[in-house]
Amino acid sequence: MSEKTSEFWRWPEYRYTMPNMDWHNAKIITAGVDIGSVGSKATVMLDGELYAYSVMRTGGISEETAIKVTNWALDGTDLKTENLHHVVGTGYGRVNVPFANKTITEIACHARGAHYIYGPSVRTVLDIGGQDCKAIRCDEKGKVVSFLMNDKCAAGTGRGLEVFADLIRVPIEELGKVSLSLTEEPSPVSNTCVIFAKAESLALLRQGWLKEKVAAAYHLAMVDRIIDLLTKVGIERDFVITGGVAKNIGIVSRLERNLGIKPLEPKLDPILAGAIGAALFAKALYEKQIGLR
Amino acid sequence: MITAGVDVGAKYVKIVLLEDGKNVLTRANGIVGFDVGKSAAEVFEKALVNANLKRDQIVQVVATGMGRKAIHKIPPINTGEVVPEVIADAKGTYHLIPTVKTVIDVGAEEGRGVKVDENGRVRDFVINERCAAGAGTFIETMARALEVSVEDMGPLALKSANTIPMNAQCCVFAESEVVTLIHSKVAKEDIAKAIHDAMAGRIASMVLRVGVEKDVALIGGVARNPGFWPPLKRELNTEIVVPEYPEYVGALGAALLAFETEGQK
Repeated sequence: MSEKTSEFWRWPEYRYTMPNMDWHNAKIITAGVDIGSVGSKATVMLDGELYAYSVMRTGGISEETAIKVTNWALDGTDLKTENLHHVVGTGYGRVNVPFANKTITEIACHARGAHYIYGPSVRTVLDIGGQDCKAIRCDEKGKVVSFLMNDKCAAGTGRGLEVFADLIRVPIEELGKVSLSLTEEPSPVSNTCVIFAKAESLALLRQGWLKEKVAAAYHLAMVDRIIDLLTKVGIERDFVITGGVAKNIGIVSRLERNLGIKPLEPKLDPILAGAIGAALFAKALYEKQIGLR
Repeated sequence: MITAGVDVGAKYVKIVLLEDGKNVLTRANGIVGFDVGKSAAEVFEKALVNANLKRDQIVQVVATGMGRKAIHKIPPINTGEVVPEVIADAKGTYHLIPTVKTVIDVGAEEGRGVKVDENGRVRDFVINERCAAGAGTFIETMARALEVSVEDMGPLALKSANTIPMNAQCCVFAESEVVTLIHSKVAKEDIAKAIHDAMAGRIASMVLRVGVEKDVALIGGVARNPGFWPPLKRELNTEIVVPEYPEYVGALGAALLAFETEGQK
């Protein structure tokens, strides 16, 4: 088997430019660069509207990734980094964005970005990233009221899903769907720790469990853990999910079922929330700087 | 009177055959396979052969360890009683080191801190069985990332005098951090030391929840790892005694408890 097909955790990288938008007409051009532990995201916004973005894996050297992901977002637009009026860095590697005018925590950026993506009715943002999970309460302006975060343990993060994608040999983008393919739900994997959960699941596979059943059992365990975090911070409607794991239907549908609350449908890629929030903060900062605010 | 202690751990079965509550006749161990009962029975047979004994010469068998209930009706073991690990740990360690007040037991998948009174009874205890970062699995996982055998990890760490911080507390995250360190050309011995320092920090913070009182003993399979001793001593600010055959202390405790049970009849 080739190297490429054996990397089940590796998700595709992508970029996009909004059609029918021209940066030459924009007064303020800002960028948000979100260097996550696993994925890096860059957004370019024209007067506070999303224009272009890119999503790629974070490499070993965050500075290089920050430059690469931003250049890729600008790719094909004729924009240069010099054209950006203001840049805000966020995420786990935010201090490593060499051209950023300022850094802002990902908590603030995710709340602000969720407000942009889902609208002002958002009160609870669940962000499930590659190596952390945050439950954020915010107000009608997208300002953070309170939050809780797990960034110490892989359980309940995208990283746990990557481990399971490799274990049962299913590409990470299909893992959620595969976990929903059986009609009956098994009992959740009993171990919290990803290392122990993996060993437990290996034993289940050897006992003859289908990989779909093992996937369902791990998704259920992960959902239980996320709900613990959400319950601690308190959940108020409207409820939304951001971060890479928001794309996993196996997690999202079970969260909806077990919480009894339907998360709002995203109008944009929910992995961009942090980078969008950062670009919006960049706009506000620039306006302040030039005396517009 | 001969008694047996069977400690069914997450990774290994350890068995001690004991004469009159003091002389160890034999020790035997084996990996826990898919069928826990079968693995334990095989080790038991091995112990009987080693000591040149028959099953009916063993008056009482006490089992401990996370798999202790899985071997209940398995011949030839036919366990008489089961005891929790902390009780067996306290009993076995007190027998070897009568001055012990704190026992630290680090196994493959669990870590325990046990406070012991002047009679070798458990006063208080703390257990981590939920997180791999405070157990032998942590070193094992990191050894795989470093491409070093588990046995070589400790000696390798002892070669380093440099302190590199490890930010990750989680075993899964630490694995990526180790890979990043390897790519940044950090020396293997420095990484190995950082791994042991991190693990010692985890164990120390667990043990400090029950408090540390001298003498402090370290038992369990991880006690065999010399790379783990200096950082644990430093973290707890105390000397630490490691008995001979530290991985058999739980089984010894169980065999001692078997002897006591019989004596009371």
